[in-house]
Amino acid sequence: MQTNTQKPGIGKVGTKIFRQQIFIPIAALLLLAIFNLIRDPSFYKITFGYNNLGDPVLSGSLINILDYGSELAILAIGMTLVTAASGGQDISVGAAMAISGSVVLRVLCGTNTRPETLQAPIIVAFLVSCVVAMLFGAFNGVLVAYFKIQPMVATLILFTAGRSIAAWINNNELPIISDPSFGYWGGFIPGIPIPTPFFIAVACMIIIALVLRFTNLGLYTQAVGINESSSKLNGLNPAFIKFLSFVILGLCVAVTGFIKVSRFSTINYSVIAKDIEMDAILAVALGGNPLGGGKFNISASIIGAYVIQFLTTTLYALKVPSDALPAYKAVVVIILVVLSTPIVREWLNNLWKKMKSKQIKEVA
Amino acid sequence: MLIRTFVPRFFIKIKGVNTLVKDKSVLEMRNIHKSFPGVRALQGVDFTLCEGEIHALMGENGAGKSTLIKVLTGVYGKDEGQIFLKGTDNEVSIHSPQDAQRLGISTVYQEITLCPNLSVAENMYIGRTEGIGQNWKKMNRDADKILQSLDIPAKSTQQLASCSIAVQQMVAIARAVDMDCKVLILDEPTSSLDEQEVAKLFKLMRELKAKGVGIIFVTHFLDQVYEVCDKITVLRDGQLVGEYEIKELPRVQLVSKMLGKDLDDMSDIRSESATYDKEDASTLVFEANELVSDAGIKPFDFYIKKGEVNGFTGLLGSGRSECVRAIFGADRVLGGTVKKNGKTVKITKPLDAMKNGIAYLPEDRKVDGIVGDLSVRENIILALQVLKGFFKPFSKAETYKFAEEYIKLLGIKTASADTPIKSLSGGNQQKAILARWLLMNPEYLILDEPTRGIDVGTKVDIQKLVLKLASEGMSVTFISSETDEMLRTCSRLIVMRDRKVVGELSGDDLSQNKIMSTIAGGGRE
Amino acid sequence: MSANESSAKSGLGDRFKNMTDTNLLLTITIVVFFVMYIGAIVFQGKGFLKPQTFFNILNANAALIITSCGMSLVMITGGIDISVGGVVALVSMCCAVYLDYHGGNIFVAVLIALAIGLAFGIVQGFLVAYLDIQPFIVTLAGMFFARGMTTIVNTAPFNVQNEAFVALKETRVIVPGLGSVNKNGVYVNAYIEIGVIVALLTVIIMFCILRWTKQGRSFYAVGGNNQSALMLGINVKRTKFLSHLICGLLAGVGGFVYFLHVGSGSPSHASGMEMNAIASSIIGGTLLTGGVGNIAGTLFGVLSLSTIQNIVSSAGLDKAWWTGITIAAMLCLFLVIQSIVMSRKKKSR
Repeated sequence: MQTNTQKPGIGKVGTKIFRQQIFIPIAALLLLAIFNLIRDPSFYKITFGYNNLGDPVLSGSLINILDYGSELAILAIGMTLVTAASGGQDISVGAAMAISGSVVLRVLCGTNTRPETLQAPIIVAFLVSCVVAMLFGAFNGVLVAYFKIQPMVATLILFTAGRSIAAWINNNELPIISDPSFGYWGGFIPGIPIPTPFFIAVACMIIIALVLRFTNLGLYTQAVGINESSSKLNGLNPAFIKFLSFVILGLCVAVTGFIKVSRFSTINYSVIAKDIEMDAILAVALGGNPLGGGKFNISASIIGAYVIQFLTTTLYALKVPSDALPAYKAVVVIILVVLSTPIVREWLNNLWKKMKSKQIKEVA
Repeated sequence: MLIRTFVPRFFIKIKGVNTLVKDKSVLEMRNIHKSFPGVRALQGVDFTLCEGEIHALMGENGAGKSTLIKVLTGVYGKDEGQIFLKGTDNEVSIHSPQDAQRLGISTVYQEITLCPNLSVAENMYIGRTEGIGQNWKKMNRDADKILQSLDIPAKSTQQLASCSIAVQQMVAIARAVDMDCKVLILDEPTSSLDEQEVAKLFKLMRELKAKGVGIIFVTHFLDQVYEVCDKITVLRDGQLVGEYEIKELPRVQLVSKMLGKDLDDMSDIRSESATYDKEDASTLVFEANELVSDAGIKPFDFYIKKGEVNGFTGLLGSGRSECVRAIFGADRVLGGTVKKNGKTVKITKPLDAMKNGIAYLPEDRKVDGIVGDLSVRENIILALQVLKGFFKPFSKAETYKFAEEYIKLLGIKTASADTPIKSLSGGNQQKAILARWLLMNPEYLILDEPTRGIDVGTKVDIQKLVLKLASEGMSVTFISSETDEMLRTCSRLIVMRDRKVVGELSGDDLSQNKIMSTIAGGGRE
Repeated sequence: MSANESSAKSGLGDRFKNMTDTNLLLTITIVVFFVMYIGAIVFQGKGFLKPQTFFNILNANAALIITSCGMSLVMITGGIDISVGGVVALVSMCCAVYLDYHGGNIFVAVLIALAIGLAFGIVQGFLVAYLDIQPFIVTLAGMFFARGMTTIVNTAPFNVQNEAFVALKETRVIVPGLGSVNKNGVYVNAYIEIGVIVALLTVIIMFCILRWTKQGRSFYAVGGNNQSALMLGINVKRTKFLSHLICGLLAGVGGFVYFLHVGSGSPSHASGMEMNAIASSIIGGTLLTGGVGNIAGTLFGVLSLSTIQNIVSSAGLDKAWWTGITIAAMLCLFLVIQSIVMSRKKKSR
């Protein structure tokens, strides 16, 4: 997707691999994998069966990770761009997902909350939710890009109001879709035993890869994130690029929101996509992207997203209740962020050098 | 010279003396080393400051002056070496600006280091008084007294941000002066002051000198050095060149010591400028009428011909940069008409200017020029890529071709085209930015202080390049704080004062004296 | 600065330029509050004229006032702390569990509250100040950690029956002379809760610290320009650390006051309180970019916010979602006003 521009030949092969941005998420993935292998090998068991609709499905922890991690991976794409361009994060993605999900249901149900048949084609509902989510993305984008409010504070507005707006869209009622074809998007398409969200995520990845290949989005975003004033003098419009990144994130939010409501065929305004902003930010951070903006690597973020889901699934396997999950993840975030600070890195580097020189001495 | 450098160190080693060597000195720095990743900023520098002495610290940009000062004020830690102060028996260790203040070292930095959101009085007293409480009445009274005695036009209760830059600088000096210091460091304090303010500052410096304060004075203005200083220490490339009495060192020698080469090297540029073909330079490439931007300049007229090199001159803050920024559309343009090759065009943002074949190398390389974390290659192709359009990226191979071509052409010293530009030296960064604009093949190139903060060799290279480009038909506007550079390269100078164009010089009028008198305004209108 | 205050009274106009940023924004806030309260009296009837209505706003928002003071301090220093809501929830849950399950002593409960707040303040302050991590990331993690811990301590919400605690909770401080006659013709005294006294004390103490101590001015200096502050000889790291420490401590105090007001522990307590605290600070004239702000403004910020909530609810828009939407809208409005006012001011210089 985006090759890492680290210069080869700086040091030994070991340090070279260590310096690769993608090294961090992959190392974390391996660590988790090994941990689970030791703890309980049955974690990796994948079973083939049939769901209550009689369709063939695969199930097991790994499939779960693939399933739910895909949502996160789609969000991570948008979040990476927002982080790179604006140097901050959007914390309203969960709330915005509630809104776009609510819109999907509203369009599909029309005025009736329990319709027998769909009141509109699914594609129309999806497109409407895309437009709405992009509008909310644009709202955040305007606050950040044109009013120059720190991204996290600007998105705090939607973070608070979002779920209320979502409830308001459906008059606080809980519409339920009974049409099984709606459930395919968050579940399984008949005949294919792999969860659909994974295919949606792959499609998103291909799209973003093509966009990065055939446009200058990557170069522009990085230039704006690193040095806004210089980019401006090079003919770029930094405000618009920031704005654009928020709109793209809005699109990602619409896709994930659609998957979310499709999973349950209904919505719970206060619970849907709760704390997902944390996971999305974590995925970006785990991907080794600087949270202060600038250079980015989307493939690393996507791997980061699956690692986060791996962690979540592992915690569930350890019988951690879902409400307590944030506490554990918060600890992981802090450890990650602390390890990535220059001060700690320098200290670790010195330690590493010392150990090395000791080894050399011992060998001698 | 060598002996001078080695004596103190030698002395210490033999006798193991751990205190000040000379009786009269207030500060001695011995064998100071400091490295940054990739740069050895200071290599064994010695520096001695005596009581009641104004000591100029001279050197080109990048010679290590600021690093030495930052080591002394505790902003950077030193890698090696010792610092001694009068009144303390042993070596002192300075780990933070607070330590330095406590030891009686106060500093006025080139860029204003005050808090714009606090009041003038607070800026004078914060961080250096004892006790927990804040006595506003007493503080404001004391501050007003000092402001009055120094003739600074500010009220103690005013918010600092509402003062002009010059007044803010004076407040910073007032703060340092009031601190009862043994060592006062003035790091290019005069760059934002006008003549009268400079005179006031010099009077103040002499008064402090009479009181026995040792003053370290860093400036680029040679006149000022010869006006107030007693001694000169010259640094070059992080090493000590030597310490001299001011009377023993004529200007020409000082310059050649700073540059590390004889002045003759520079003269060959001039001969080249004579080859520039005036016959061809008849068509107007760019013309502006009553152009004005929101950066506070008065409307101005401007034109440049094909193959011409002209320049804006004037003191810092006179509006030179603002004029070219208005031409490029970098500031918001409020009015005026602009013609390109005779046709009226609209330039409201940099992209418009670029589309019309205008390129602009900005004054502040770090802030406006480089995109630090991106590679040299990406930095070079950025402008051309933006011009080409969002949906038409260059292939990787193309970008490498462009980058490598210009790395070779301009002699950019970089490990590879993929090295992040921030790890290059200042001169090479500047060359890369220049490459960015040359790649665009502009008709009209604006260079705003292209030679600031880079080594002498590159300076000469850039000046030669400008003349070569002009001889090939490119129009160039060249701005530099160093008048002799301007005289060497430009055939026409536009003189600015107080954000207004006040004159234009060409032909025989192009001389140091004439420029000075035009800037000064020939009798204040 | 006194000159500027008097200039505010003598009319804006030309003096607008010479006002310090802090005083300018404070003036806007106070004007907005009075306009809003008078508007409420005019349009929502006489209920808002009764002193007790005003005191009820105070009673319900004592904890918010306290946490907002901490928030303002951190924001003045150029940071932000979004963990306060989580800390308040954690504190009330811990105190509830301690008092009810362990039949504990009320003073020890206070100590627990302070210790939790302080612990959050110290850890977050250390990470922000000495390891140079973005405050938003640190405190976002802090928020999730506190919320998660709250459910780990106890999942279900429950009321506290501890006698000493209930007695303290029911204590009412009579405000003499401001009572009113109710429908039955009985004179009812106006009252405030203990928490309000704590809150007002906090406001006064914080105001004095920020105005009349060297450390207080350091917070402003660091928020204004931390590089300059360093050069001026201020210990920037310690100042940042202290700001987070005090904010954490105040979140602990606020947590106990909140607990005292609601008398129960629940994982859903104080949800969105960080948002309200940030909104109050911003409405109160604290600049997000740091260096500008006033604790008195923060008090008015909280009052403005809760007045508008009261107006919304008494206008019959009683549904839960309106509160969130109004706060968000108001915050948005003030952010935009700030952004415009400050850029105008910069230009007029």
